[in-house]
Amino acid sequence: MIAWTIYITVAGAVLSLLLPRALARWIALVTTIAGLALTLLMFVRTPIENLAHFTTIVRVPWVPALGMNYHLAIDGASLTMVLVTGISAVSTVLFSWDVEDRQNEFFFWLLLVVGGCYGVFLSADLFLFFVFYELVIVPKYFLIAIFGSTNKEYGAMKLTLYSFFGGMLVFVGILVAYVTAGSLDLGQLSQFQFPPHLQTWAFPVLFLGFAVLAGVWPLHTWAPTGHVAAPTAGSMLLAGIVMKLGSYAGLRVAMNLFPQGFQIWSKWIIVLAVIGIIYAAAVALRQGDLKFVIGYSSVSHMGFVLLGLAAATSLSVSGAVLQMFSHGVIAALLFAVAGRMIYRRTHTRELDALAGMNLSRVLPFAAFTFVIASAASMGIPGFSGFAAEITILIGAWKTYPLAVWITGAGMVLVAAFTLRALKQSFFADKPEGVRVQEGRVALDQDWNEQESITVAEKCGACLLMFATLAVGIYPKLLLDRIMPAVETMRFLK
Amino acid sequence: MSYLELLKLVSPEAIVALTALLVLAIGLTSRRAAAVTGVSSASPPTRAAGTRANAGLCSFIAAAGLIIAAVAVVMLPRNVTLFQGMLVVTPLNSLFKFICIALAFFTVLLTASQNGLPHAGEYLAIVLLATVGLMLLVGSEELLMIFIGLELLGLSLYVMAAFDKSDIRSAEAGLKYFLFGSTSSAFTLFGISLIYGMSGTTGLAAISQKLAMTSAQPLLAVGIVMTLVGFAFKIAAAPFHLWAPDAYQGAPVPSAAFIASGSKVASFVVLGKIVLIGFAPVQGSASWHALLAGWSPVLAALAALSIAVGNVVALAQSNVRRLLAYSAVAHGGYTLIGLVAGGRDGFSAALFYTTIYAFTLVGAFGVVSLVRRETGGDDYSNFYGLVSRSPLLAACMAIFMLSLAGIPPLAGFFGKFYLFSVALRAGANQGLLWLVGVALLGSFISLYYYVMVLKAIFVDEPALPAARPVDVVPSALLSRAAVAVLAATVLLLGVAPEILAGPILAAVP
Repeated sequence: MIAWTIYITVAGAVLSLLLPRALARWIALVTTIAGLALTLLMFVRTPIENLAHFTTIVRVPWVPALGMNYHLAIDGASLTMVLVTGISAVSTVLFSWDVEDRQNEFFFWLLLVVGGCYGVFLSADLFLFFVFYELVIVPKYFLIAIFGSTNKEYGAMKLTLYSFFGGMLVFVGILVAYVTAGSLDLGQLSQFQFPPHLQTWAFPVLFLGFAVLAGVWPLHTWAPTGHVAAPTAGSMLLAGIVMKLGSYAGLRVAMNLFPQGFQIWSKWIIVLAVIGIIYAAAVALRQGDLKFVIGYSSVSHMGFVLLGLAAATSLSVSGAVLQMFSHGVIAALLFAVAGRMIYRRTHTRELDALAGMNLSRVLPFAAFTFVIASAASMGIPGFSGFAAEITILIGAWKTYPLAVWITGAGMVLVAAFTLRALKQSFFADKPEGVRVQEGRVALDQDWNEQESITVAEKCGACLLMFATLAVGIYPKLLLDRIMPAVETMRFLK
Repeated sequence: MSYLELLKLVSPEAIVALTALLVLAIGLTSRRAAAVTGVSSASPPTRAAGTRANAGLCSFIAAAGLIIAAVAVVMLPRNVTLFQGMLVVTPLNSLFKFICIALAFFTVLLTASQNGLPHAGEYLAIVLLATVGLMLLVGSEELLMIFIGLELLGLSLYVMAAFDKSDIRSAEAGLKYFLFGSTSSAFTLFGISLIYGMSGTTGLAAISQKLAMTSAQPLLAVGIVMTLVGFAFKIAAAPFHLWAPDAYQGAPVPSAAFIASGSKVASFVVLGKIVLIGFAPVQGSASWHALLAGWSPVLAALAALSIAVGNVVALAQSNVRRLLAYSAVAHGGYTLIGLVAGGRDGFSAALFYTTIYAFTLVGAFGVVSLVRRETGGDDYSNFYGLVSRSPLLAACMAIFMLSLAGIPPLAGFFGKFYLFSVALRAGANQGLLWLVGVALLGSFISLYYYVMVLKAIFVDEPALPAARPVDVVPSALLSRAAVAVLAATVLLLGVAPEILAGPILAAVP
């Protein structure tokens, strides 16, 4: 049943390209909601114990001569990722409700990204997995290059080349696994004993390839530029889901296939992850563009995911999966506020310019949303960010206490840049009386009362806020499903 | 063997040759008639209309002849060998005769929309003769016959490249192609003669038996290298690729498409047979930890060089046809990897790759020819804003370019996966990993320029908002349809590669 998320989304993509303009966004909304509904249905109806193993949903021979199958499967971890894909997809469509230019194409590319992501999270065949993984790259290019803003062609090309570079490394790793084990089935491959010398070089190649997409330091530089260049929907998808493809794939493929290689290299991944957390947070502290702040915060938060994965205890890995969910929701929310609610109305994202606009009075709903999102991002208890990060840190304490110390100290930086962005953008205390008028954004001549927050935006924001709160208050909802699935993986310490 | 039976076995070739003569005759009579009416009534519009109608008739007959020939190919018996391998009918040969006919068919469809091309009858006749050359080439396992096929093909292609008399670039293309081609033919012939001297036979299977008994000698090495050089020219492998950019850019678009597709497919089929059947005992090894003299290290070096040169130079191009030419060099390199890997799997991977490549490239050239018709050129700037002028062509070009770049779910991706996995499996202990690494790095580089083409199509705005008005000629419909069919094929072969990979795997001995 959950396989239909892929088919519906791809069918919706094709339909939105072919049918008249006016229908495109409705089709996009209906297909994404259908995808989310299917996922929720699956989430509610599947007994938790069935999610402990990677359970086959569909398995059809594809190219029997080469051992390729169309094979989809699901467990707790992938169900969590499918869920965050569904949530982000719906809110993304809501936040791009008033795209004016080339609507059909816009929703075509957007739905293609979403469909590809569903595919990656569900595939249980290495070839199929890679097909979906690469399928996501090209639509991203078009989304950014056609519909983006600041420096869009540069950002789009940089992102595409980085992703494809990672894809190339992944390709090598997948080929080696396929040729050595003679199978493409992830279930069989994760039982196969690869020779140790092969694992020592194949693991870093494969993992690094995935980590490019996850924004690992020092290969993260595509992320801030890409996020800034992308249209709001693009940044939401990119930060919300696409970056998770990399970390999910690192967990599902690289670590599961080459556990010995992973053990040799894990401490280096920890080093990269910790540097990434601290470095990106420090850089975010100095950014003037709100979207750059959020872009670097994404890199920092993804560092936590890598830390959790590399620490390799069942708690830390489950925390990493939870953090993928949590960051998917929070990043989408942050970008929605910055790119849609603020930028569309003020035509600037410069923190200094925003500081003079007194936005909290003009756009109270945006201010409220941003406060929630910032709190979640900083790791205030009660939001999903806290639940995820604390799980990761507790999990990692057993294996790498030093890394936990450094990261814990680094979290102060995260709070610092988030608060700075929050204060500058909405609550600056230097309202220079001349500029500010009640209910208006002073710097913008075109401002009018109609540009208050639309219903679509409110719905999207509420969906995301609900998700982060629900998981923050009751993380067991997801952890109960993630933990058993993680515990069956063979790389755990 | 009676002549009737022989005629049955060569019926596809005979049908195509007869069609060529028929088309030639029609073209000739219509020229006469046009000239006569032109002198008597001096009414250019009717004359132009007359030649166009006549060109239409010629294309129709050529296409019909090719379809009949394709049917004849399907009806061939399964396994016959005549005259020590001069004419061999196997499932593999029949399959590739069919593919060559299909490529010629699409070339004819592209020609139909080429209203600038005079003497359509003669042009189509030469296309058909080149097709006969392809079929002879594919259908023989004997060096002399292969050489005759190469020459028939080559001579037809030289004329096709130089066919546009009014365009100096076309003359340049023809001359360059001819000079390089005839030189490389001389190399090939020299190599063949040396091999004949060593083995006393020209049949591939017999050569293989002889070579297995004799020890390696310098003379043999020279013979093999000379033969390979001739084929490296045909498939435009670096450093024998220098003719390709000018030929692809200058020649009339259908000629370029045919040179890049049909000629390449047939050359790979024959090259594969020569090295894998004829030279099987002296394969050597290209593994980095067990390098062994033979033809496979030579081909590996050619492959690596082609991939590197083709991809890097393509980065600097601003003309789409030149870009396709350099990318063709790189793709020749990828395909060679299959032959380097050797064996049944390697050969079928190479054949699969070159076939889908050929179809993709014919489609890409089809889009180029239609864009050229509308805007008068084929630089990046002519593609600006194509998506708003013709969404269909833009979508098709996107499919072709992404398939060439190896993006799933298009045919090119599966081709690469198949090719590289075979190469990795071939050498013990991943010996060919270095070559696969070079190829992957190359395809990473290639993504940039393919995306640049797509950027021109989808992102850039046309420099001149009021571009030349699109002249709607009904015959362009045919080319559009051909392009769309090719794009659908590329997509279909990516989603369901079994359709082509199955028959190839079953047919490769």
